[in-house]
Amino acid sequence: MIRFENVSKLFKRHRVLDGVGLDIALGERIALIGSNGAGKTTLIRCLLGEYTHDGKVTIDGRSPRSERTAVLGKVGFVPQLPPPLKMPVGQLVNFAAAVCHSDPRRIHDIAARLGLRMEDILARPFNRLSGGMKQKLLIAIALGRDTQVLVMDEPAANLDPEARHIFFGLLAERLENTTMIISSHRLDEVASLVNRVVEMDLGKIVLDDRVAEESKLSSMFEVHLTLARADAAIARTLAEWQFAERHDGVEWHGMVAGPDRLRFLGIVSRYVGLLARIEMAEVDPGIVLQ
Amino acid sequence: MNTLLLTAKLDIVESLRARWFLIYSLVFGGIVALLFAFGLTESRVLGFIGLSRLLVTYIQLTMAILPVFVLITTVRSVAGDREAGVFEYLLSLPVSLSAWFWGKIIGRYVTIFLPVFVAMLGAVLWALVKDVEVPWGMFGYYTALLAVMGWCFLGIGMFISTLARSTDVAQGAAFMVWLTLLLFLDLILLGILIQGRVMPEVAVTIALANPLQVFRTAALAMFDPQLIVLGPSAYVILDLFGATGYRLYALAYPLLLGTLCALGGFLVFRRSDLP
Repeated sequence: MIRFENVSKLFKRHRVLDGVGLDIALGERIALIGSNGAGKTTLIRCLLGEYTHDGKVTIDGRSPRSERTAVLGKVGFVPQLPPPLKMPVGQLVNFAAAVCHSDPRRIHDIAARLGLRMEDILARPFNRLSGGMKQKLLIAIALGRDTQVLVMDEPAANLDPEARHIFFGLLAERLENTTMIISSHRLDEVASLVNRVVEMDLGKIVLDDRVAEESKLSSMFEVHLTLARADAAIARTLAEWQFAERHDGVEWHGMVAGPDRLRFLGIVSRYVGLLARIEMAEVDPGIVLQ
Repeated sequence: MNTLLLTAKLDIVESLRARWFLIYSLVFGGIVALLFAFGLTESRVLGFIGLSRLLVTYIQLTMAILPVFVLITTVRSVAGDREAGVFEYLLSLPVSLSAWFWGKIIGRYVTIFLPVFVAMLGAVLWALVKDVEVPWGMFGYYTALLAVMGWCFLGIGMFISTLARSTDVAQGAAFMVWLTLLLFLDLILLGILIQGRVMPEVAVTIALANPLQVFRTAALAMFDPQLIVLGPSAYVILDLFGATGYRLYALAYPLLLGTLCALGGFLVFRRSDLP
C-alpha cells in the first residue's frame, strides 16, 4: 500500500534521509521511532508530498506529490506540534471537512467522544485552545473522514488518560482497513498501539521488526496500588489518572487502558520507593470501577 | 465551494485576526480621518479643492506607505506561517498546490486592498452626505491605480516569500527591494542624470520600469496632465505614450509585473519543499 523506494533527502549538504526503502501493507500499524534528527519527520513529510526528494514514494501506486488531492484525500495527519492558527475552530473544521469531502458533523462527533464540547469552542481561535484541546481537535479532524492511512506524530502526548483510552478505542475501530504510522521518540509510548516497529537513525532504517499483539487496543486493566505511606506527589499523579484512594491515601485503585500500561508503569516507577504492592489485571472494558 | 475559494476565505479569516491587519486598517482609515480633520476638503492647493484635493493627498500618502506595508506583511506572514508549521498541517490536507497558492494570493489581495479602498470610499460617501462634488473620474482611476499597486507588490512579496526559507531573510529581502525601488525613484536617477553618464532616455526607461515611479507619475498626471513638475523627462514620457497612453501603461505594467512575480513564485513554490 505504502512504498518508499530508495528515498533520500538532502538539506544543503546534510543527508537527512539516506536511501530509505520500506513497504507497508494495509492494516499495518507502524511505530516510527528514533531520536531527534533520525529522519522521522522528514520521512513523514515525504509521505505527505510536502518535501521533494530522490527516490520514489507511493500510496497505492500514486505519488502524494503529483497527485495530491487524490492521494491525500485518503490520508489523515496529526502533527506533533499544533499549528498556530488564528482562525475560529468552526472555520478550521468546516475547511478541513470541505476539502476532504466529509461532513463537519462527523468531526464534531469524534471530538465529542474525545470529551471536547464543540459548541463551546466553535467561535474560539484555534491557537487559544489548551494543548490537550488542540490535540483532540486535530485527532477528530483526522479521524472524522474516510481515510486509509493515518499518520500521527506523538498523537497521545497531550491527552489525559481518559481521552487516551477513547483515542485507542477510536483507532481500534479502524484496525481492519487502515494503515497507521505513529511517530515517537520512545517506543514505550506507542508500543501497545502497533504491530510493527521501524527505528530510524541518521536517515536510515536500522530496525524493522514485528511486535506481538497480546492485548487489544480497547482492553482495560484494573490496577490496585498500596503505598508504604501517603504522599502528596504520587497522590496528584494518581488523581490525574482518575484513581480513587482508600485508607487515607495509602491504597489506590483505578482503571488503565491496555495500550497505556507501559506509560502508566513508567510514571509510577518514579515513586518506586513508595510502592509496597502493585496489582494489574485485565478486565472486561464494560466494567466501571466503583 | 471549490478549494481555491475555500483557501482564499481561510486566508481572509486568518488575516482579519492578525495584528498587522488591524494596524494596516487603522493607518489607512487614520490617514483619511486626519485629512478630514485638517480640513483638506476645504482647502485649495494647485487649483484643487474639496474632495479632489483630499484624494490627491491620500494617493500620495498611500503610495509612500502601501508598498512597504504590503511587502513586509506578506513576506512576514507567509514565511512565518511556514516556519510555525501552518503549512505542514494545512498542506497535509488534500488541497492542490495551485488552489493553495492562488487562493492565498486572492485572500491576501482582498485584505490588503479592502482597507485602502474602504477608506477612500468613506471619504467619497462623506462628500456625498455633505453635498460636496465628487470627482468620479479621478476616484475611478485612483481606485484602479491602488488596485494594481496592491497586486504588483503582493506579487513581488509572494515571490520573495517562496524564495526565502526564513522570516528574517524574507523580511530583509523585502525591505531591500523596497529600498532599491525607492532609491531609483529620485536619488540615484537624479545623480546619474546630473553626472551625465547616461542618456536621458536610459534614465527615463529605468524610471518607467520602477513601479513606484510609475505610480507616482500616473498620480501626478491626474492633476498635471503635461507633467510639468517632472521637467524634461515629461517630454520623453509624453512623446512615447501620450497622456492617455501613459495612464493606461501605469495600470497595465504593474499588473503584468505583479502577475509575473506571482507566477514565478508559484513555479518556485510548486517545485520546492512546502513546509
